[in-house]
Amino acid sequence: MPKFESLDHLNEYRRQLRARRDPAQPQVLVCAGPGCLPLGSEEVAAAFRAQMEERGLNGKVALKTSGCHGLCARGVRVLIRPQEIAYQKVTPGDVPEIVETTLVGGGVVERLLHEEPETHARCQHKTEIPFYRGQQSLVLRKLDVIDPESLDDYLALGGYRSLRKVFFEMTPDEVIDAVERSGLRGRGGGGFPTGRKWRICRDTEEPVKFVICNGDEGDPGAFMDRAVMEGDPHAVIEGMIIGAYAIGARRGYIYVRHEYPLAVKRLTLAIQQAREAGFLGKNILRSGFDFDIQISQGSGAFVCGEETALIASIEGHIGEPMPRPPYPAISGLFGQPTIINNVETWANVPEIINMGPEWFAAIGTEGSKGTKVFSLVGAIHHSGLVEVPMGTTLRQIVFDLGGGIPGGRAFKAVQTGGPSGGCIPAQFLDLPVDYDSLQQVGSIMGSGGLIVMDETSCMVDVARYFIGFLYEESCGKCTPCREGLKQLKKIYEDITHGRGEEHHLTLMEDLCAAMASASICGLGQSAVNPVLSTLKFFRHEYEAHIRDKKCPALVCRPLLTYTIDPEACTGCLACVRECPVGAISGVKKEAQEIDQELCIKCGLCYEVCQFDAVRRE
Amino acid sequence: MDAARLEGILSRYEGEPYDLIPVLQEIQDNYGYLPKDEVKEVARRLKVPLTQIYSVATFYKMFSLVPKGRHQVKVCLGTTCHLKGGPRLVDSLCSRLGVEVGYTSKDGQFSLETVGCLGSCAQAPVMMVDDKYYARVTVDKVPKILKLYQS
Repeated sequence: MPKFESLDHLNEYRRQLRARRDPAQPQVLVCAGPGCLPLGSEEVAAAFRAQMEERGLNGKVALKTSGCHGLCARGVRVLIRPQEIAYQKVTPGDVPEIVETTLVGGGVVERLLHEEPETHARCQHKTEIPFYRGQQSLVLRKLDVIDPESLDDYLALGGYRSLRKVFFEMTPDEVIDAVERSGLRGRGGGGFPTGRKWRICRDTEEPVKFVICNGDEGDPGAFMDRAVMEGDPHAVIEGMIIGAYAIGARRGYIYVRHEYPLAVKRLTLAIQQAREAGFLGKNILRSGFDFDIQISQGSGAFVCGEETALIASIEGHIGEPMPRPPYPAISGLFGQPTIINNVETWANVPEIINMGPEWFAAIGTEGSKGTKVFSLVGAIHHSGLVEVPMGTTLRQIVFDLGGGIPGGRAFKAVQTGGPSGGCIPAQFLDLPVDYDSLQQVGSIMGSGGLIVMDETSCMVDVARYFIGFLYEESCGKCTPCREGLKQLKKIYEDITHGRGEEHHLTLMEDLCAAMASASICGLGQSAVNPVLSTLKFFRHEYEAHIRDKKCPALVCRPLLTYTIDPEACTGCLACVRECPVGAISGVKKEAQEIDQELCIKCGLCYEVCQFDAVRRE
Repeated sequence: MDAARLEGILSRYEGEPYDLIPVLQEIQDNYGYLPKDEVKEVARRLKVPLTQIYSVATFYKMFSLVPKGRHQVKVCLGTTCHLKGGPRLVDSLCSRLGVEVGYTSKDGQFSLETVGCLGSCAQAPVMMVDDKYYARVTVDKVPKILKLYQS
């Protein structure tokens, strides 16, 4: 890769790069995204490498391990381009057949094609699969096209071309103006207008400013940012260069959580490539603009996703938030004006410049422009990563894209916004999803986790889970959050252990009111959402726990009784071996029995029984 | 204290207080914990009070002041893993390893931790042993996974 000294040099390189590439060349893209990696992407890619070597296809067929292909539930995913044949659930053992039938023979391996859950219809091409058909990809569009470790791949798709407009045709004010007119709002959750934030920072008189990319994706159930950082790292860097030029920053940080080692690796490599190519460093493309980026790794603290805590962490302190104002745009990192935007926000910026703010503003709703990436998981057929225009309804996302709920079970709720969000019941399925509509029903957009729950989920348990999570993660600096969460946690323990009392529900509402109004940062202020939304929409479940001492969804284990059905039990002793307290006994190959006095209701026997002989009620 | 080993880490930094967290991260990755003597040297070199290092080391989850086991078992307790049986995995591991979360088994082989979310929600419940992910883990798979690492 040369160091680009000028725009002409870059354009000429890009022209030659494209001329060298044959669009008809067969390509195998093995997904190595967050979903497929644990299923064995590396082994599948290695099998392709070996087979292609054996069949003499090296040089004729390009093999790439790519970012997330989206439909994680059916991993490991393999996409054959240019035909866009989408294979699913590929194991190393399937590889010889794919190579033989598709790469050599030009045919299709039917059994590895996508199958719709209800109709059993097979879909050969990616675009025929309903999961993809309902999407509009701006941020994710390169993820199943490029090798994230190849700058050439990024350049061939027009990467870094926004810098021509930004450096040579636009003033910083015009860049901010474009971002403002696009209507882009922060994708990390708050939804603050990005352009306005940049304007506030630009207007400060301080000579030293910073830009930060918030990649501390801590919301459990969310992996959008991980997929973008791992799958298209240069898009984030390109966005940050534009932002830095707009506000006049010369140094940037990408704050990534250490639980995402691959994201750290890919971003580190991309920064190094961008430096070598001259997109970072001094006098970028002879524009006179200097800018560089370094990575700062999180050390495992959820609260560091909050911008003031994140800044404290980069400065070498514990992640305790500061009261705002002053906002970081006025006084941020090392006391200097600082712009912090989320990964997805940054990744949207280059395309807004390339295509123009009007193009972007034409997508979405009145108050929320563009698309939003969601990690769609939980009780759903097609778990994975989806990107839809703002304003798409929950029903479309859950049923059209997600394929609905498996096992014929009923939809109960969808949880958005992570621990700061709420649970939305079935009556709001036709709600168009945007920042404002979600807030109206007591939840938030958040960073984009969308967790679908069916009748087997207990909403009291879900709220208890989030409160437990937040209790662990609260930094402890301010009293309402620290003590409020502690008390809420205790009440939830009581309710789910059969010690709940009627007055608990009002007490919880009172605690929530105090926390929402008096906590320093978003963690405490929004911690009430999981509680209040479940109290509002699923109060009957709380009442069943408190009045009847029952968990209708059979989740809260202390309220359950485990017994063994003598008819179904084969006496295999799997449960006896698993029981941590020795409560199960009986003769081998005959029905076993649980001693209710000894049983601690851990449910491990239920879990390991292969014959559905353990009953719970 | 292995001075050369620590020097290898410190030499890559400017020696300013804001280098504290990356330096501690490297020591943690390198040594598996934050040894006392090394931490004292870091305090001196970065001009940071030992009390601040203690507060940082106990605030962030990745740091440990005691040595960890040979293998790190991490069970994801993200929302999806919670719904799909993550807590039961934790129970099973606790009982099989004879430890509580946050501790190391007596034979020094395994340290057990839970994490907020590993980001592989579509394959819930997920656990990791060292750098290897295990997808859709059920309680009955736990002994087989542990066996791969038992020496």
